[in-house]
Amino acid sequence: MAEIVIKNVKKSFGEFTALHSIDLTISDQEFMVLLGASGCGKTTLLRIIAGLETATQGEIWIGGRRVDHLPPRDRGIAMVFQNYAVFPHLTVFENIGFGLRMQKLSNDEVTRRVERTAELMHIEALLKRYSGQLSGGQRQRVAVARALAMEPDVILMDEPLSNLDALLRLEMRAELKGVLAASKTTTVYVTHDQVEAMSLADRISVMHKGRIMQAASPVEVYRNPAARFVGSFIGNPPMNFITAKAAGPGKWSVAGQTMDGPSSDAAEVEFAIRPEDLSVGPGGIAMDVRVIEPLGAHTLVTANVEGSIFRAVLDSDTTIKTGETISLLPKPDRIRWFDRDTTLAL
Amino acid sequence: MSTTSGGDVPRAVAETTRAGKFLFGASVLLLCGWVLVPLYLLAVNTLSSPEAVSSFPKSFFPSFDFGSLQFFLQFNGVGKALWNSMLVAVLTMVLSIAIGAPAGYALSRFEFRGKATFRMLVLMTRAFPLPLLALPLAVMFIRVGLDDTAIGLALVHTTLAIPFAVLITFSIFAGIPIELEEAAWTLGCNRLQAFQKVILPLVLPGIIASAIFAFTISWNEVFAAAVLTVQNRTLPAFLLQSLDVSPLHLKFAGGAALVVPALIFIFAVRKYMFAMWGIANR
Repeated sequence: MAEIVIKNVKKSFGEFTALHSIDLTISDQEFMVLLGASGCGKTTLLRIIAGLETATQGEIWIGGRRVDHLPPRDRGIAMVFQNYAVFPHLTVFENIGFGLRMQKLSNDEVTRRVERTAELMHIEALLKRYSGQLSGGQRQRVAVARALAMEPDVILMDEPLSNLDALLRLEMRAELKGVLAASKTTTVYVTHDQVEAMSLADRISVMHKGRIMQAASPVEVYRNPAARFVGSFIGNPPMNFITAKAAGPGKWSVAGQTMDGPSSDAAEVEFAIRPEDLSVGPGGIAMDVRVIEPLGAHTLVTANVEGSIFRAVLDSDTTIKTGETISLLPKPDRIRWFDRDTTLAL
Repeated sequence: MSTTSGGDVPRAVAETTRAGKFLFGASVLLLCGWVLVPLYLLAVNTLSSPEAVSSFPKSFFPSFDFGSLQFFLQFNGVGKALWNSMLVAVLTMVLSIAIGAPAGYALSRFEFRGKATFRMLVLMTRAFPLPLLALPLAVMFIRVGLDDTAIGLALVHTTLAIPFAVLITFSIFAGIPIELEEAAWTLGCNRLQAFQKVILPLVLPGIIASAIFAFTISWNEVFAAAVLTVQNRTLPAFLLQSLDVSPLHLKFAGGAALVVPALIFIFAVRKYMFAMWGIANR
């Protein structure tokens, strides 16, 4: 059992606060992705869990043991670094076996475990090579194998795929998911790539400016963003937002159309809808079409609603032309509302 | 295979390439000659008998007679001068690494105020001509009793060698990502173990290179050695002193004794010299 509990963790670098009071529980064997733009504090949080950075305040518990005062080696973790950090003066074999040798395991045991993990990562043929003789993808495999060979309770990964080219990234992504699920370790994975996050995670923690905005399953994060930022950050093309004015109790005027919405005292709230949750039909939101981009499977329409950009993903047999005024109907159950002040979902 | 080879464009290109190649080849030849001819003459004369060195016409092939070298080694004072040179060079090597390597590590790993100025100042020490420093130093050394001692001369040579020691070790440490240390920590090392098992093996070749370079700087330095020593002369100072009284073959043999170790050492550590000047070495 290796549940990770993060309690009220704060981190400041001088005047700058990198993390504001983070509370997060990652259950045993869960694949948790920390997702956010660069500078949002996701790597700092990972490094605090690893023990490479000390929190200004707060507690870290791994497997029921408080670890925030322990050095990295006593935390039962293994880490995969963005630049792989494969030791250049050791062979692949000795790299994978490095941590095992530090544990003073017998030669036979080291050999057995190195060979087993090498096989798992398909690098059996490279065991005698040095890091300088490996490609980026191979180094990545060595780095993952080195972490897995430790048989840790927790594997921490800091953007492990970001230095690979697109095709290799896709391949490694699928492989990582399989290998990590089989290893039954708890994984914390940092990335800024939302597709990577969606495809790998059991749960995604979306981070913004040192705060966790939402921690939920990928579909939940996508469908029910807890805050405006989450909706705008996740999804490509991004979610559409229109300011709605109060029009009676539970009624809101969105670009001239009155819709049922949340009951709120605010004069204005924000109406949000994903581009794929729209269809052409009378009585919808009126907009001027600016750009049509046929993408094969569907067509991306960029239009103008009350001066701001609005995108819709429509079926590719649509006959809409640039310059036309169209009416798009949002699917009622997919409409989301956000508070203007707190930016939280209503 | 096409037989119509009358196109102008390819021919023009080919000719330009040929002219460029010629120029390149000639430059390479000239530079090689510039360096190698003196070395060749030195080698020929060192490996010929004393009679052959002073006679005419000259042979352009060495006779592999070790008479000159034998004479040189038995010449009064040479043994002691060699020993002094060795002692001063080793002291210089130890001192410049002991001072230079920590400075190089600090420059590569820490941010501090005046870092850029410090790097500049390290190089500035090479801007002062040694004759300007040697005479006041000699006076000072006599006052404190450091004159004519190996440690005194080694101090001066260390001053000359430190900029290189700092710059070489800086580039070596800077080339080692901090993540390697961090990876070692997560794999069960404490800080000391991580340094021993990961950092040390990676920096050792560079440190040795930097040490050898300090050694050769001291080994070849003549001005300070001549001014600051009287009885305990190093080999270059000794040869300079006896230049006008010694026979030709002694000079050649002495020259070879100075050049050969320096050449071998510099050749062994050439990769790190390039690293120092910022040329990628990997």
